[in-house]
Parts: sequence; structure tokens; C-alpha cells
Amino acid sequence: MQSSKREKAYIKKEAKKFWSEGEYNVWFSTLSIGVILLMALTLLVVILINGLGALWASDLALVQTKDGRKYLGEIKQEEQRPGGKGARIQLKIGNRDLYPLDFMWVDHEQIVSISYPKDAVTLEREEYGNFYGFLDNVKSPELQGEKLGFDELSVPAEKAKSLAEEQIAEIRSQADDMESIRLDMLKLTYDDPVDPEIPLLATELDQLKEVFHKTVTVQEKSHVEALQHIASMVDAEGRVRETPMVLIHRYYYPNQMGIGAKMIHYGAKLLELFTDDPRESNTEGGLFPALVGTVTLVFTMSLVSFPLGVMAAVYLREYAREGVMVQIIRVAVNNLAGIPSIVWGIFGLAFFVYVVGGGIDSIFFPERMPTPTFGTGGILWASATLGLLTVPVVIVATEEALGSVPSEIRQGSLALGATQFQTLMRVILPMSSPRIMTGFILAMSRAAGEVAPLMITGVVKLAPALPIDGTFPFFHLERKFMHLGFHIYDVGFQSPNVEAAKPMVFVTTLLLLGVVILMTSASIYLRNRMKKRFTGRTF
Amino acid sequence: MTEQTIEFSPVMRVSDLNLFYGESQALFGIEMDIPKHQVTALIGPSGCGKSTFLRCLNRMNDLLPIVSINGHISLEDGTDIYEKHQDPIQLRRKIGMIFQKSNPFPKSIYENVVFGLRIAGENRKVVLDAVVEDSLKRAALWDEVKDRLDQSAMGLSGGQMQRLCIARAIAVGPEILLMDEPCSALDPKSTAKIEDLIMELRGKYTIVIVTHNMQQASRVSDYTGFFFEGKLIEFDRTQQIFTNPKNQQTEDYITGRFG
Repeated sequence: MQSSKREKAYIKKEAKKFWSEGEYNVWFSTLSIGVILLMALTLLVVILINGLGALWASDLALVQTKDGRKYLGEIKQEEQRPGGKGARIQLKIGNRDLYPLDFMWVDHEQIVSISYPKDAVTLEREEYGNFYGFLDNVKSPELQGEKLGFDELSVPAEKAKSLAEEQIAEIRSQADDMESIRLDMLKLTYDDPVDPEIPLLATELDQLKEVFHKTVTVQEKSHVEALQHIASMVDAEGRVRETPMVLIHRYYYPNQMGIGAKMIHYGAKLLELFTDDPRESNTEGGLFPALVGTVTLVFTMSLVSFPLGVMAAVYLREYAREGVMVQIIRVAVNNLAGIPSIVWGIFGLAFFVYVVGGGIDSIFFPERMPTPTFGTGGILWASATLGLLTVPVVIVATEEALGSVPSEIRQGSLALGATQFQTLMRVILPMSSPRIMTGFILAMSRAAGEVAPLMITGVVKLAPALPIDGTFPFFHLERKFMHLGFHIYDVGFQSPNVEAAKPMVFVTTLLLLGVVILMTSASIYLRNRMKKRFTGRTF
Repeated sequence: MTEQTIEFSPVMRVSDLNLFYGESQALFGIEMDIPKHQVTALIGPSGCGKSTFLRCLNRMNDLLPIVSINGHISLEDGTDIYEKHQDPIQLRRKIGMIFQKSNPFPKSIYENVVFGLRIAGENRKVVLDAVVEDSLKRAALWDEVKDRLDQSAMGLSGGQMQRLCIARAIAVGPEILLMDEPCSALDPKSTAKIEDLIMELRGKYTIVIVTHNMQQASRVSDYTGFFFEGKLIEFDRTQQIFTNPKNQQTEDYITGRFG
């Protein structure tokens, strides 16, 4: 009795102390970090599950309903209908060319049976999305015999495909040659309309044109031939659809595949994601151009924002005389970080694209006018815009970094007869480099996720060529480019078939996150090495 | 103000030096001759201007925009270091400085020692190697660090760091070494080592040392100047100051009655 009373008093005292000493504030801070972590984790888990699951080969379910219809497709999700009417499932039935919608809901009470037929096949087609159905027979002028399947059909189809690739590459290079001659002619005509070389070039161009038309005719003919290798498919209800094998990107029997086979399939899809061009208005296929575009953009952006920001901060902190002017500049720089990114985009369009780009065009490429070369959106201008947008972050971080170098160190260097510039280059910048890197990492991740300013400075839904390729001068920074962030917006919100595009949105998001994480961790690794090297042991 | 002249050959002559921090005056008409190849200690209570005075000698006060100075500080050859055409960079190569807080650069021990040479444009490895060994030996640090010259200086102990800073200052080949309370952040053992080092360096270099530690001043210095409220109250042989000061304030300070 006695002891419990004492115990109570003790607890009361402790509780009072908890409030009076402000211990509860610690709980609040714990709580807030918990909430933030929870939200970030939820987002990450949703993206991970959807993104990683999108490439998995789902089984094909044959659903029979009470009204006598049959549907074959992937079961996407199951949910309770609103108002307690029981559950329903969502099926992706594909076959966009046969049905009005490629997604449908089936109520549980309508379902008679669900089975997984072994011979159900998924076709990933170049057009019209996936086809779910069964193989009826194959037709090809080069094949004869019974019991032919995809394997036999794909032999001539592959041959036709690689032939087509060769032909298209040839057509491209011929077109490039013609274009460069055309530009040469334009330049010559602009400089001197009666240059004797012009007729020579014109004849050369005509010859090339002739060759080009021949190649195109050959290509068209072989394309028609290629379309003759046909897989005749039937859907769940027996409707026939004939699909040329060359238009089938990939076929597989998901219901026959074990875990191992599905893993291999997953790996192949993943590889395709990283190395292939997008198909089907970006909702299928790979993300390679967007990946290259994003990485190139961020690197070019760094080349703009990093030197500019560091030099500005060095001047502000080390050379400018403290005063009202410097204070105003500092406030202005901080406020720059708050300008909506679309405004930066408009500035980029007006200044970089029209003024700078237009200026370059009128000085260096006047003969190509009115077709712009630099005077139109491109990765260079988008990078410059993003560079300006992130410069405030770099300036602020660099200023802080320079300020954090102890004054004894500066004086130590000056007392040895170093000039201010030598002190800066040999002591202060190396010592503050890790902190500068921190600002740089922030700037980089901000730039990687920014979409709005890109939309008016050169990002496109589908770029005909990469900003980096094998033709001289290798970096074509005037070109338009694709970007993962824009890809998310485009596929997710500009696509006619949002439901079909959804997996791609998640995959793209995941990839963008991955790119950002990869780039920032590389920078963090670099920063830690700098820290070790330039600041030594801290104690 | 010194009342009588002392016989020695001065390496620096300070005459009528006044220093202002903005509006407020910090040094009042300092007159002082710094004896060559001797150790001069500057003592006085905190805020008396002794460190400020020390920093005038190699124009480190130039770095603070609010400081303004008038008066003359002339070198042995008669040039005034505050003359318009004098280059403070060249001056600081001649007059090295050791700070209260040891401030090695976050570089290797080797690079710390050769820093002054490198910024002066000396990059020949043979020369640098020789200077490193010589300077570290003079700073009594060679035996402790000779096997890890390429390791970061930040791994040294506090006393070693301070000796490294001395070595770094010596490496440039200065004539004068200014020391601003070099031992105040060190333990007694490291302090003793630095003091030994000061004794060793006497005769080769002119040393001016600011210290709060009266015992230290009496142990290491040949001459002592007592500063109080921005004025040089008394300047004489150390023995004289500590045994028979002429000024009442000096005596009060030395005997611990104030300050």
C-alpha cells in the first residue's frame, strides 16, 4: 500500500517533469519524422510494386460469364463494388482492334468459371497493343507442312525484319547525305548565287535522289513481302485475326511458363526497357532515348550551373565588399529559387531560344532560314534554362561552404605570403568542396525532376535522333530530346488509353527515381572522397 | 613609452604608430625598436592591443577593411612597410606568423611545409625535399613525422600541429617570426617543447611573441614590452622588467595585482 502510493507520487512527479522540462517536444519531432518517413515509404512502395510488377508476364485467364460470353485476358485487380454490391475484377482483354475497350470490369456474380488454358498466347504487337488469344494456323509463302507454330514462322519473319532494318539504315544514311548536300547548296547559293559549284552539287543531288527512290521502292516491295508471313489468331470467342509476324514484337504462352521462364522473360523486358525505343505512342517498349535525354540534360545542366554558381558565390563571399548592394544581391538570389519553374521556361524560350539561338542562326546559318537550327528548342537551351534555375541553390550552398572555412586557415595562408587568389584556389576551395558538392547534389536532383520548363524549351514526345550519337560531332546539343519526367506526363495524361499506359507511367517513374538516386549517390561518393582528402580528420 | 634608449641593433623600428578600428583607437603612438636575433615578448592584459600591434608588423591588419593605421614601421634597410608601393605579400614572406590556434592546412605534412614555397613558384622536388627536412628539423618535428610526411597534418597532436606551423613559417625563410600566443591552446608538455624551440631559434631569427603567461615571457625572452590600454607602457630587458620595473603599472601587473 505504502509503496504503491510512493510509486504513484513518483509517476506524477515524472509526468510533471515531462511537461515542465519540455520533453514532449522531442516526441513531436519524432512524430514528424515518422510521418515524413511513412509518406515517403508509401510512395516508394507504390511505385516499386507497380513499376516492378508492370514487366511481369501475367497469366491469361479465360473468364466465362452467365450471359454466355468468354473473355481472355490478364486479371489486373479485384475490388468491392460501391454500395455493397459484391466484388468485381478488372480484366485486360487487349485486342484493341477487335473490341471497343481493352479493359473491362466483370462482376463476381456474373462469372461462371475462370480457367487458365495452356495454349493461350500473348502477342506484343507493334500496333494496337497486346493480343490475347490462341494460335489457329500460320501462313507463309516460304513454309509448307503441318503443325507449324510461331517458332517456324519467326524464321522467315526474322530474316525479313533484319532485311528491313538494313534497308531503313541505308535509306537513313542516303537521306543524311542528301540533306548535307542540300545544306551545302543552300550555303553556296546564299554566299554567291552563281557559284560554279552549285550545278555540280545539284547534279550530284539528283543522282542521289534517283538512288534514294530506287532504295525506297525496293524497301516498299520487301515490306509487302514481309507482311506475307502471317499468324492467324483466334480470340476467346473464335473471331479470327490475321497478324503479320513482322508486326509481332514478342509472343509467349504465359500459362505454360514456370517461375524460371517468367524471370527470363522479365529480364528480357527489362533489357528492352533500357535499350529499346518506345513503341505504341510511348506506352510500350523501351525508354532508352528518354534515359539518354535525361542524363545528358542533367550533365549539360551541371556544366552551366556549377561554374556559374561557384564563381558567383566566390565573388560574393570573397571579393565583394559587404554592403547594401551585396545584401540586395543575396536576397535576390534567394528569391530566384522561388520563381515558378514554368517562368524559367518562358525566360529560357524568350532568351536562349529566340535571342541566343536566333542570333546564332542569323550569324552562322543564315542560309537555312527560315528553318531554325539553334533558334528552336533543344537540349542545350533546356540545359541552360535548368542551369539558371538551379544556380541559386549552388550559390547559396557555395557561399555557406566558403563561410565555413575557419578564418585561422585563411590567415595562415595569407601570412605565408599567399595572395588572396592563391589562398582561394589552394586552400579555401578544396576545403569547401564537399559542402559545394552538397549544393550541387541538391541542384542536380532538382533539375532531374523538373519538367515544366522543358516543355517549352525542347522536350518532345518522340525524338527522331539522340542528342549523342556516333556521327560527328557526336554531341548534337541543338537537337530535341526525350525526358523521363516529360514521359511520365505524356504517357500518363496525354495518352488516349490511360489504363493501358498506366504500367509504363510507373515504370518510367521508377526509372527516373533510379537515375536520380544513381547520380546523387555517385556525387555523394565523390563528396565523401573529397571530404577525406581535403578536410582530413575532424575532431 | 620608453624613457631610455636601449643599446641593440634593431631589425624593425616602429615609430608613432596609431591604429583605429573604425572610430575607436586601439593603439596610441607606439614607439618600439625590435632587437635583431633576439626574442621579444609582448605582455599585457586582454584587449591591451598587443596582438593588434603584432599584426601590424606583417600587415595582417590590412585584411580588415575597418582598420586604419598611421605611423611608420621601417625595416633594417630603412624601407617603411606601410609605404604605398610596399607589397604586403613580399613582406609576409619575410615576416612569418604563428597563430594562437594551430592552423595546419588539411593537406599532407609535406604539403603543409612546402605551401609557402609552392605559392612562390618553387616546384623542384629536390629543393622542396631539402626544405622539408631542414624546416622540420629546426622545428624539432622531423623525428616524429619523418615516416609519415604524406599523411594528413590533421592527424597530428595539438603540440605537433603548432610545431608544424612553425616549420611551415620557417620554410619560407623569413627573418622575423611573429608568434601570437602560440602555446595558449597547448598542454604544459607541448608548451615546454615549443619554448625549447623558441630558445633554439633565437640567434637565427628575430622572434616577437605575444603571451599571457608571465613565466613564459621571463623564460624565453630577451626583451619584454608591457602594453596597457593600447599604449606601450614599458619596454626593456626582460630581466629588468621582471626584477626592477620602472613603471608602477608594470610592477602591479607583473606582481599580479591586476590584469
